[in-house]
Amino acid sequence: MAGCGRSNALSDAMSSFHLSLLLSGPYQAMLFAGLRLSLTLLTVAFVVALPLGVLIALARLSPFVFVRGIAIVFIESQRNVPLLAHLLFWYFGAPELLPDAAKQWLYAHDVETIAAVVAITLYYAAFMSEDVRSGVRAVPSVQFEAARALGLPWFSAMRRVVLPQALRVTVPPLLSQTLNLWKDTSIATVIGTAELMYQAAKVESATFRSIEAFTFATVSYLTVSLLITALASGYSHRYPARAL
Amino acid sequence: MTLSDVISTYWLYFLIGRFPQGPLGGLALTLVLATLGLMLALPVGLLLGLARVSPWRALRWPITALIFVVRGTPLLMVVFWAYFFLPGVTGIQTGQFPTMLMALVLFDSCYLAEIVRAGILGLPRGQGESARSLGLSWLATMRLVILPQALRHMLPSLVNQFISTIKETSLGYIIGLGEVSFVATQINTQVFIYPTAIYLILGLTYFVLCFSLSRFAFWLERRSTRQSARNASALVTT
Repeated sequence: MAGCGRSNALSDAMSSFHLSLLLSGPYQAMLFAGLRLSLTLLTVAFVVALPLGVLIALARLSPFVFVRGIAIVFIESQRNVPLLAHLLFWYFGAPELLPDAAKQWLYAHDVETIAAVVAITLYYAAFMSEDVRSGVRAVPSVQFEAARALGLPWFSAMRRVVLPQALRVTVPPLLSQTLNLWKDTSIATVIGTAELMYQAAKVESATFRSIEAFTFATVSYLTVSLLITALASGYSHRYPARAL
Repeated sequence: MTLSDVISTYWLYFLIGRFPQGPLGGLALTLVLATLGLMLALPVGLLLGLARVSPWRALRWPITALIFVVRGTPLLMVVFWAYFFLPGVTGIQTGQFPTMLMALVLFDSCYLAEIVRAGILGLPRGQGESARSLGLSWLATMRLVILPQALRHMLPSLVNQFISTIKETSLGYIIGLGEVSFVATQINTQVFIYPTAIYLILGLTYFVLCFSLSRFAFWLERRSTRQSARNASALVTT
């Protein structure tokens, strides 16, 4: 019976698209708050994941077996487990490991958002580090060898000679990784992070206006995605891939 | 209840759900969903990929637009549309499994289309041009000359796509599909005292599955590079 009622509500919704829901009122505020949180997740995760990814890529390339091993374990354990499982772990599992005081603090604050930021950041740091690493491998090894021969220590040779060249070829894959990051912020909805997808589902269940709520979410996701795609194609147009 | 009790009580439930008595679930459902999803997405992806490089604009433009839209949208959005919107259109309440399968097929076929397109564009232009100048039609060129070569190079990408698909099936959790993440959460709700261990086991399960597949993809890739190197040297020596 419930299913029947829902499908009637849906066919009503289709016959009249209520734009007013999106233009004003409490539901519009919820949707915009969701969009804002999604964009915040994107920004924070990107800003932290990129430098972290560079560091992990360096660790992955380090001459010390031990450091390299840790980096490999981290990267593979992030990449071979779905983000959803990471989110569940950071939300349900990880807080149990903390001392009581830290747990209290966490539950007093926005634990859903914190868990989402941690999970998404680590997950994308691993992916970005692999992009950076393949960029480093695209730089001819003589560059690094010449820098070392000139007396630069390993780290300076990487920082001053190899990375500046590597990051240039890494920009397109990093941008497509950013696009995935943007889309994957939606998965945070499983642990109840109040981002766009969560708010859209909440508006849907409060109003049965699924078309309006989901249209708003889809158009928002698409707009930002297309912006990132445009940025990527603009970059490869401005700086076409060249042989190093 | 110790952790080993939990494991000995729930391991079968984790692997196959309530299967003989109830619907299939757990890890088995994850695998069935990923395999079916990829197998159904393959032919669709092939067609979409061909449409993407086809010389007919009326075909190429709408398909390109579709692929851009799907690739710019989170899979979860596609799942939500399928779950909430389809029953309204068709009048039939669709179950979680068909809903998730449809979303996966739509999503994966658009990604596969780009793999197919890259495989086709990766071949030397001379292949297609000489086939065309020998009088083959565009479709025959694709079928007899381009695709047999392109598909072989795509094999490692296909295995990688299978890994992505396995990871994507976890989104079934959100619409209440009893795949392995959902089952793990149910076990966690019943046991309650070992959340860290249960979610670590869940992660480890995905890891074993996906990591061994990614090693397999790596091996395939190396083998195909070696083969083409051998073919090239055979050409030089004869």
